[in-house]
Amino acid sequence: MFITYLLRELRRRMRQAIFIAAGLALGVGLVITVTAASDGVSATQGTVLRSLYGVGTDVTVTQSPTAGSGGGTRFNFGGGPPGQQNAGTSFSRDILAGGGMGTIKSSSVTTVSGLKDVSGAAGALVLNDVKLSGTVPAGGGQPGGQGGSGSGSINSSSFTVTGVDPAHDALGPLSSGTVTSGHNITTAESDSNVAVVDSNYAKAQNLKVGSSVTVAGKTFGVIGIVQAAQGGSSANVYIPLARAQALANMPSEVNTIYVSAASAADISAVSSEISRALPSATVTTSSNLASEVTGSLSSASTLANSLGKWLAVAVLAAAFGLASILTMSAVSRRVREFGTLKAMGWRSRRIIRQIMGEALVIGIAGGAAGVAIGYGAAALVDALAPPLTATTATTASAAGGPGGRFARPATSAAHTVSVHLTAPVTLGAVALAVVLAIAGGLIAGSLGGWRAVRLRPAAALARVE
Amino acid sequence: MYRLTDVTKDYPKGRGVVHALRGVNVVIEDGDWLAIQGPTGHGKSTLLQILGALDRPTSGTVELDGQDLTGLRESQLTKVRATSIGFIFQTFNLIPTLSAQENVEAALVPLGVGAGPRKERARLALAELGLDDRARHLPSELSGGQQQRVAIARALVKKPAVLLADEPTGNLDEGTRDEIMTLLEDLWRDRGLTLVTVTHDSSVARRAQQTAIMRNGLLTIRDSAPARHLRA
Repeated sequence: MFITYLLRELRRRMRQAIFIAAGLALGVGLVITVTAASDGVSATQGTVLRSLYGVGTDVTVTQSPTAGSGGGTRFNFGGGPPGQQNAGTSFSRDILAGGGMGTIKSSSVTTVSGLKDVSGAAGALVLNDVKLSGTVPAGGGQPGGQGGSGSGSINSSSFTVTGVDPAHDALGPLSSGTVTSGHNITTAESDSNVAVVDSNYAKAQNLKVGSSVTVAGKTFGVIGIVQAAQGGSSANVYIPLARAQALANMPSEVNTIYVSAASAADISAVSSEISRALPSATVTTSSNLASEVTGSLSSASTLANSLGKWLAVAVLAAAFGLASILTMSAVSRRVREFGTLKAMGWRSRRIIRQIMGEALVIGIAGGAAGVAIGYGAAALVDALAPPLTATTATTASAAGGPGGRFARPATSAAHTVSVHLTAPVTLGAVALAVVLAIAGGLIAGSLGGWRAVRLRPAAALARVE
Repeated sequence: MYRLTDVTKDYPKGRGVVHALRGVNVVIEDGDWLAIQGPTGHGKSTLLQILGALDRPTSGTVELDGQDLTGLRESQLTKVRATSIGFIFQTFNLIPTLSAQENVEAALVPLGVGAGPRKERARLALAELGLDDRARHLPSELSGGQQQRVAIARALVKKPAVLLADEPTGNLDEGTRDEIMTLLEDLWRDRGLTLVTVTHDSSVARRAQQTAIMRNGLLTIRDSAPARHLRA
């Protein structure tokens, strides 16, 4: 009787039932879509951040350059004192320099790795290789200084070089990349002139395993090609840390420390511990970095997490309200029917169960339709979403130093990548949506049942329809 | 047996109070048929609802077989309605989405009768009223007389002691009216029902064993019916 009565009643007011179910479906579909888009944005942000940090890296430590220590690289030309070279003198220089980042003692890496809650730490030296050649311009001068006047022919080129610690290859800039050819730098090669080259740079320079690349005037054999992760901020060339320190004349120094925490919950504590141990260092966590991500990815994140979430909540609330109002309205139209049932001896709770059963079926139908809508909308997001850009500040900005014509302020002040937004629908989101739809049905049914139970049978029977 | 003592019923209306019943005293013996007549709005239906445990009096006592209904909880009144009292309404009040058979079955649901016996009892009740070929029809597919017969089957399928009918022929043409009243009269006689009908129709009232007039909330027993209507 319960099922028969329920289905017949729903069939009688099918249009209204479909209307309520459609409202719930819209709300549920929106919740799934927004959740999927939000998950997709989070995953994309995570990908970008992982590639910036390296897999397994939770915290990076850098040092702001002190006044006068950063700035540009100075070049001397000829054999005489600066500013006294003859115009027209040919020159050629290949310099490896810190490029404006502050330095940290290598011993700090040991200090950090010994901190509580730290599971590993690796130092790296992020450098620029700058090549200059040509003739000294008229009026002499020092191209790296305040500059001279006159004309000269100067060619310059540069690429980024990062010294990595092969003993800690699970951390640091190479950890998020994939070696597509050859192999990574091994501990046995710590003092060798070997290099791993970024795949894009290798392609541009026509480099492959077995080729050679010149860093600070020294020839390095290419032993591997590495492809950076999506959105990754890769150096052009990776060489052993010890060789980078030697060539840059920065013995026992690094300018970035990559740190992994014992657990995700410890990241904040690790950050505080490092700040205490290295008071002058800049400690950056992934959440710090996430807040520095700008561009359309950041906008999409804001859109999904703020506007999307509230829009979904608003539509869902409207659907709940609509379902409740229409259910109560349907109960009002059936007062004589319920009065008759009460006159026949039907208990109020049996009538409530009947009303809630009807509302529940509508809720389940709305939930099922909402899941389909959610999947469809998420697929549309996958297919039609335009590429998003993420701009991240990757290193500390340079400060101080007189600078010069050939100075570079920092290794890379900002890095913009294009990423594709996906909207993965998770079982959790589907479960949430179905629970919401059923909750909507139950809320509507409860209100309808509450209205029905308040009816006195005599008053219900006296009501003229 | 019903025994009503000093029964009053007041309704708030706006700032005032409507005195629907002003002290009704009546005894309706088991197996009696009482027809209540009177002008509209003078308390007939209110009295019927109090007799049917659908409403509570403002004061006074309503005893059914020695049990004071005014002292019962709502759940107990629901049980009394489910087991002892059948209702027939002027507008039939069938559930529009259920077939004739399912409407009759609905009266057995509160009694916890299983699906099989329920269907069988409903089928027999409809057959007894000549509606076995209409069992699967929806109310909208039945004539007024057929609908009222379904309503009567629904009221009687649980074998109540009391049948309360509020204008049972008010929505029927003259021919159907007589047909329904003859049916009710036969059922009353055959089953030993206590039957109370509210009606404006004197030809309906005349069939009853006793008639009473309800005026300004007061019930006055008028006369007894001709001997031909009395149970043998």
